[in-house]
Amino acid sequence: MGHFEWDPIRLTLKLASLTTVILFVISVPISWWLSHTRSRVRLPMRALVSMPLVLPPSVLGFYLLLLFSPAAGPGRFLKDHFDITLAFTFPGLVIGSVLFSLPFMVNPLVAGFESLPVSLSEASFVLGKSRWQTLRKVLLPNLKPALLSGAILSFAHTMGEFGVVLMIGGKIPGVTRVASIAVFDEVESLHFASAHVYALVLFAISFAILLALFFLNSLNKKIPGPF
Amino acid sequence: MIELSLRKRLHSAHGILDLDVEMRIAAGEFITLYGNSGAGKTTLLRMLAGLTVPDAGRIRVDGETWYDSANGINLPPQRRRVGLVFQDYALFPNMTVQQNLEYALPGPKAKAQAGSRVEEILAAMQLRPFAARRPETLSGGQKQRVALARALVSNPRILLLDEPLSALDQEMRFKLQGELADLQKRYGLPTILVSHDLGEIFRLSSRVLCLEQGCIARAGKPGDVFGGARMSNKVRLTGVILAIEVADVVRVLTLLIGRETVRVTLLPQDAEAMRVGDKVFLAAKAFNPMVFKADPGA
Repeated sequence: MGHFEWDPIRLTLKLASLTTVILFVISVPISWWLSHTRSRVRLPMRALVSMPLVLPPSVLGFYLLLLFSPAAGPGRFLKDHFDITLAFTFPGLVIGSVLFSLPFMVNPLVAGFESLPVSLSEASFVLGKSRWQTLRKVLLPNLKPALLSGAILSFAHTMGEFGVVLMIGGKIPGVTRVASIAVFDEVESLHFASAHVYALVLFAISFAILLALFFLNSLNKKIPGPF
Repeated sequence: MIELSLRKRLHSAHGILDLDVEMRIAAGEFITLYGNSGAGKTTLLRMLAGLTVPDAGRIRVDGETWYDSANGINLPPQRRRVGLVFQDYALFPNMTVQQNLEYALPGPKAKAQAGSRVEEILAAMQLRPFAARRPETLSGGQKQRVALARALVSNPRILLLDEPLSALDQEMRFKLQGELADLQKRYGLPTILVSHDLGEIFRLSSRVLCLEQGCIARAGKPGDVFGGARMSNKVRLTGVILAIEVADVVRVLTLLIGRETVRVTLLPQDAEAMRVGDKVFLAAKAFNPMVFKADPGA
């Protein structure tokens, strides 16, 4: 008989929070670039960012595992020179989650940036303000709904991740065994009672998050979706 | 003194247009750019502000070079100190009126000094009561005033106004035209206004430049450019033919003049060359016409 522990839940929440924070930081410049650039690589880049929406998570996980593997390539370089191992570690999970949830943060932000009139940035430039000042004082404050929507969706999506986590993290208790893995693990061992509890907790948290999103949506009609 | 000589190829809805403009603007002058939409007026303002890069030419302001294609000089908009009022006003929705103005202050100045300039302009533009409001709660005329105030706070060396009054009703236009004239005199700023409204042009500008097909076709005092001096004994209006009808032995022309439609009769031989859509002048003797107040109470 298996038994329920809070550890996987805690790990899931920790992973989702950390992923959301990192995504927030890296998605702002990426989205700003994607919405403004006239470069030829714009569309390929947009497609690439959106890949996790359609790609089987196991594919992404497989490639990341190859990349992280200390036996060869970049993984070996990290191991040899910095003594860093990413395969089957929590930092590896975070990197995988960031990539996997990237479209959920980037796409609402791109839509948000594109919805702002160009004249806002131009007015700010003419008033002598730099790009950075314009981004911080004018653009981002007017993108609050998109930022909120992106953050909530990324968090919820990271919680629901399974394939990527299993491929690159395995199920090391306390390190990489997140709640979604725990459900699978318990079912595999025929411990349905504890599987139920994990499943129910995940269900409740996810429902609460999405409910919050739709509630905020109803307050502000302008929140762009993830697609 | 502002000297500019600019060339730029524009790809518009009507095909390719080569903008080729040369002009000098003296300190304190109020210039109006007049011309059809698509004639390159807005592009000209944008090139002055540094938002659009010309193909060739140069811009010099008080001896300082802002743009010179020959020497590869192109000052970014941040360093030109231009006061630009956008057609859509471009007020920052996340800031109150006061914050919009404070944002425009150049550099990290002492708070007290900065505050006083914002205060002064808020008072001059009669915006004090709206200082704590956000742009979305303001009327068109109020937004326009905030946009102008914000441009003035930045202490610009030249003021560029892109049809700032076009979205407003006649009465508000008239009021703001007066304010604009006063402000321009008070701050003595060289100003370029894009406008289609002849009344506005006569009231405000010391010089008008007519842009046609990318070139300055005519330039001079509004009275000279729009025919007042040549035909001083006549009233002359510019209009477009909307319809030509045959009525017995005469032709009835329906004209659009400004925002009003007018019906006039012509002899068939005079109407022969006229087509619907033609631009026409309507002239009448100026001696003793009927002029009466539209609002008898005023």
